[in-house]
Formats: sequence, structure tokens, C-alpha cells
Amino acid sequence: MQSRAQAMQALFDIVGDQPVIVCNGFPSREAQKIKDRDENFYMIGSMGVAASIGLGLALAQPDRQVVVFDGDGNVLMGMGTLATIGALRPKNLTHVVFDNEVYGTTGNQASYSRVVRLEQVAKAAGYATVERVWEREDIIYEFTHMLANDGPHFLLIKVNEQIEDADRVALDPADVTKRFRAAVEQH
Amino acid sequence: MAVIDSDDFVKALRDMGFDFFTGVPDTILGGIIEVLSERRLYTPSVREDEAVAMAAGAFLGGKIPVVLMQNSGLGNALNVLMSLHLIYRIPCLLIVSWRGFEGKDAPEHLVMGQTMPQLMDTIRIPHRTLAAETLVEDLRWTAQTFMDQRVPVALFLKKGIVKTIQP
Repeated sequence: MQSRAQAMQALFDIVGDQPVIVCNGFPSREAQKIKDRDENFYMIGSMGVAASIGLGLALAQPDRQVVVFDGDGNVLMGMGTLATIGALRPKNLTHVVFDNEVYGTTGNQASYSRVVRLEQVAKAAGYATVERVWEREDIIYEFTHMLANDGPHFLLIKVNEQIEDADRVALDPADVTKRFRAAVEQH
Repeated sequence: MAVIDSDDFVKALRDMGFDFFTGVPDTILGGIIEVLSERRLYTPSVREDEAVAMAAGAFLGGKIPVVLMQNSGLGNALNVLMSLHLIYRIPCLLIVSWRGFEGKDAPEHLVMGQTMPQLMDTIRIPHRTLAAETLVEDLRWTAQTFMDQRVPVALFLKKGIVKTIQP
């Protein structure tokens, strides 16, 4: 099984100019380390709403692909949002979940994703595509396919518990907003 | 006391530039949500923390967002308002129905109904209570505060101020 950082690297190799909303905790820190870019929105708090932010952006800019990098703990916390996305069916939203089955940022406490199949919840909610993958080749194939086709898509990537040695988000939160808005506006 | 028509209220918000509307319903907000839905301007949300986060995403995408909710939902939204909007300087207009005003409501509304203005003061969200007589000034203040401070701004809506579908 890959680490989240390895899986994230594979996704960032494919991402073009699409905005990426990254959930709070280590995922944002790892994203900053792997590929810091103006189109990344790093969350440092508000756990559970990464997909909601992505949904709002996808509705505001329907002609642009929006990507969310989420975690299993985050999805479980904001599971109602799977219903909102499934009902509204924004074509331009790709919801990626790095599923390590633990609350990794706070000390690896077990999450319910080891028994609850989150991609099945997303499927029942009405996402257009749901996939559950482990291998690098499958991650690349499915993510490339999702970006090129109508969503909403749900890509659950099973990853190990390894955490990358990555610094806290360097930018002031208000500067994250400014930089991201300017980058998203230009298109 | 004069009553504001839901159509006029929505028109005033549109004229101010608000162009993204989401929220969770309340009876006091029913008329406004009906008008917004008829005009296909309203995106329903399932929870108030989701609603304010959707509004944040819309703002990041260039929209000027409004979130409608009952004041009980402020409790649900609190963490997102504090650890997203307030620190990232992401503004939105919160139109919050004031259930439990002066203790005249069901028991579940009384604690929030009594403490809501102090709660908003404590977390530094500017707020006003809407009245028909001061509508123009209230909306001018809202727009000014929104632009100047780049934080969520709350307008409290008591029963009977804006016409609703269930009188």
C-alpha cells in the first residue's frame, strides 16, 4: 500500500490548472511540500467541510474542474455533504479521499472507514462515478478518466498510515485566500 | 409595524450584488426561500456548517454569498465560521431567523434566543437586527461592513418582519 504522500504525488503529476481544495491536518502540509501552487487552497481548521468548499466553488464556476483532496475522518464528519453533492450532481467536481482508516494528525486513532465503505455511501448518494483503488497505476488511470468526464466523481484511495515530514502551512490564512482567489479568477 | 415583502427583500439583496444563496430552512425564512427557489437562485444545504462552507467556496470562485438559517443552526456553523471565514477573511451574509426572541418560543429556542447577540459579539461577527423602517440603512451597513472587514456579517430576522408563506 502506498503512503498518502505517494498517492498525492501521483495526482499532482496529472493535475493541470484545476483548483484543489485540501482538507485540514497533514494532507494540507503534505500538499504544500509536494506541490505548492497558487491553485491549492490549504485548510488548517474547519474539519469536515473540504467537500462543501469544493462544491461551492464548483457551483460558482461550472465550466471548470474542481478537485477536493479529502480524508476518511473528514468525510465521516461531514457525511451529509455526500447527499448534497449526490443530489446536485455538479459535473465538474472530483472528490478524492485518502483513506488511511485513522485520525492520523492526532495520533492514529481508528476511524470507522475500516468498516464503512465510504465509496458505497457516495454511490448511494448519487455520485456519477465511484472507485476504490490501492495501486499507483489504478490511481493514475481513474483520476485521469475522472478529470476528462462528467462527474461528480468519488475516488477513494486506500493508503497506509505513514505521514510525510512536512511543515505547517507557511502562508497566513488570509494570504491563502488572496492567492487562491487571484489564481482562480484569471481563468 | 411594517412588513417587508419577500420579493422586495430578494430584489434588494440582488441589487447589492449578492448572487449565491444557500441555507437550511426555517418558517420565518420560508417566504424568502420560496422567492429564491422560484428564481432558481437557491441551493439547499443539509447542515449549517456545510452551508457556510459552500458559501466560502462560492466566494473563492468570485460569488458574493448569502446563507439563510435558523439561529439554532448558528451553533452548527460556529466552528467553520471561526476556523475558516474569520481567519481566512472570507465574508458572507448570514440571514439568521431569531427564534426564541424575548423568550416567546418553544423551549429548545430559548437559550440561543437569549444569548445570540452576545455570542456574535464574543466571536466578533458584526450583526444587526432587520426592521422595515430601517431596511435601506441596514442593507447599506451590511454592504459596507462586508466589504471593509471581509468577515461574515449577520442580519437577524424576527418573526413578522419579512412576509412568509405560513403566517
